[in-house]
Amino acid sequence: MAVVANGEYKFPSRDRVENYYGHQLLFACWDHHMLMAAPFMLFGAPDQKLGDIIEQQLKPLMQPDPDFDKIDWDAIEWTKSGEPWTPDFNKTIKQNGLVHKEQFCFKTPGLSTLVPPQGE
Amino acid sequence: MSKVFIILQANEETRSIVEAIEQDNPDAEVVHEPAMVKVQAEGHLVVRRETIEEEIGREFDMQELNINLITLSGNVDEDEDALTLTWNS
Amino acid sequence: MDIKKTPKKLNVKEKYRLMTRDLAWEPSYRDEKEIYPYVDYEGIKVHDWSKWEDPFRLTMDAYWKYQAEKERKYYAIIDAHAQNNGHLNVTDARYLTAIKLFLQSISPGEYASHRGFARVGREFAGVGPQVACQMQSIDEIRHAQTQVHAMSNYNKFYNGFKDFANQRDRIWYTSVARSFFDDAMSAGPFEFLIAIGFSFEYVLTNLLFVPFMSGAAYNGDMATCTFGFSAQSDEARHMTLGLECIKFMLEQDPDNIPIVQKWIDKWFWRGCRLLTLVAAMMDYMLPKRVMSWREAWNIYGVENGNALFRDLARYGIKPPMHWDDVEKSIDHTSHQIMLGLYQWKFGTAFHSWTPTASDIEWLKEKYPTTFEKYYLPRWEYAIAQKENGGEYNNFGLPKLCQVCQLPTLFTEPDDPTQLCHRETDYEGEKYHFCSDGCQHVFEQEPEKYVQAWLPMTAMMQEPLKGDLAAWMEWVSLEPTAAGEYANSEDKANFEKWRKQVSTD
Repeated sequence: MAVVANGEYKFPSRDRVENYYGHQLLFACWDHHMLMAAPFMLFGAPDQKLGDIIEQQLKPLMQPDPDFDKIDWDAIEWTKSGEPWTPDFNKTIKQNGLVHKEQFCFKTPGLSTLVPPQGE
Repeated sequence: MSKVFIILQANEETRSIVEAIEQDNPDAEVVHEPAMVKVQAEGHLVVRRETIEEEIGREFDMQELNINLITLSGNVDEDEDALTLTWNS
Repeated sequence: MDIKKTPKKLNVKEKYRLMTRDLAWEPSYRDEKEIYPYVDYEGIKVHDWSKWEDPFRLTMDAYWKYQAEKERKYYAIIDAHAQNNGHLNVTDARYLTAIKLFLQSISPGEYASHRGFARVGREFAGVGPQVACQMQSIDEIRHAQTQVHAMSNYNKFYNGFKDFANQRDRIWYTSVARSFFDDAMSAGPFEFLIAIGFSFEYVLTNLLFVPFMSGAAYNGDMATCTFGFSAQSDEARHMTLGLECIKFMLEQDPDNIPIVQKWIDKWFWRGCRLLTLVAAMMDYMLPKRVMSWREAWNIYGVENGNALFRDLARYGIKPPMHWDDVEKSIDHTSHQIMLGLYQWKFGTAFHSWTPTASDIEWLKEKYPTTFEKYYLPRWEYAIAQKENGGEYNNFGLPKLCQVCQLPTLFTEPDDPTQLCHRETDYEGEKYHFCSDGCQHVFEQEPEKYVQAWLPMTAMMQEPLKGDLAAWMEWVSLEPTAAGEYANSEDKANFEKWRKQVSTD
């Protein structure tokens, strides 16, 4: 579908990657953990190591959740655009295939202090 | 059948108007809420000038309703003698 | 000699004909297309503009007379409010958060509607809608002005009011209302009318003005209650205009039906998303409550909406596409929004708080299937933080929905433990949404929404580049206007002044 207009209607995206001076945006969501109400916006250069982004930006934001200290980081189930995905923390954002405004999600089964599991 | 309603500010003027509406619509239900009064009925509600004039003790222009009207629901038809609200279903 | 008896006055129908319809003329030296260049391109076909009639048959002379009367009533109360320390009559100063949010988000929307109706009044080719749009345009600027004026009495005493105009453009949560009205104002004249006149006014403003203003009265705020009801008295006419316009479009040509349906689907959803802020106001920000958001929705959304769509079914119009998703969300949204506002309270020009014990009892009673199970544990966490001398904040910047611009904090319609993730790739770029409803709106007109200015992502661009202190200055957010209510200057001052005026 397209906009119905009375002339040519074509404008650039407001959040295109060119507007981020060599950096890009990422979003991360800890599924079933809504103490922090929405996915986090992360920010970095494509050649930054994903592990650094996780350690420096994501983990401090997740810390208030009472489940944080119980996370087994080796048992996390990761997804990207709804598909299973395996990140490599030692590789860069780009090498991990994370494009501008990409969202990745992760599940920590068994941890449900503040949000009850569905169906119980 | 769907309910039509009219909601008026609760004040001295609308007390008479609500009484008039009740007279003309015996099945209507009147609900009082803070600062407002809601009159609702199944499918149809009529507000008549003559009845309001009797109750309020002076001439009344139907468009004066505008001043104290909060909201309404239903298809509207208004002339100098009456305001009617209806749903066609 | 014949004595000609002149009627005492014209009847309403006659007067409407003479003072509205007869104001129109047939152009003689310019053609209609030149005069009304915007009425065709949306695809709406109109064969006879004279078929449009205002059922109230209000003419401009009567309009001024009754509006003047409303203004006199309004200013009598505003004056009394200012003269009698009316600001100290509200239940408690928590209530002020609701009207700050109203002033920052809703009043600028009134101004946007004023501009929009002024424009479409010029663009429509029939005199009936021209006059009705002119009246509505004047109404809307009256609403914006009376609201600002009423709340200026609070601005003398409390924080968070003074920069509403700047904040309307810059702070994050106001972009929800702003983008809604910008979207409508940048649409064609018929879509604008369905957006504001029909979907917003007819289907949704009752939810905004009626229970909320009744709640203002209940909380001792006569100033807000008065502007609310004064505005709402115009809304009855606006709603009627909205309904007449939709019937007019549907009756003019069967080709209009699918176009109108598409707009109803879009604008109903956009309106419901905007009203999630009102849901939080109703359930959390009124210290004394008239009814819950759920109860208001049942009356003004379900009962009234069903009546309306049963009535429109004769034209082949169906209830809005995402109606069921809205219904499923009603028991959740106010809690989800308020938890969000609370955790981002360092960045809002109003205060928030954790619910009190009596608030919690009320919420449990009104939301028996959802509040205690899904939301109370998070509130209890926040309360415990406070009791231990800490404070629950979320310093993460949230992902925003590309369409409604709210943080994507809503859950799957059938799973309140899982956030709703929706994304669309368009021309090599990813776009995120809070729901199927917003994703659908985007996919209908992606070229429009790729331009959205999203306050969170914009913060990372030039010139702010993620500098939070610079952002606070840019949005005119003073620390005294933000944060936890319990520690606020507003609370301390309100309590001090109230003590001074009380006799015991």
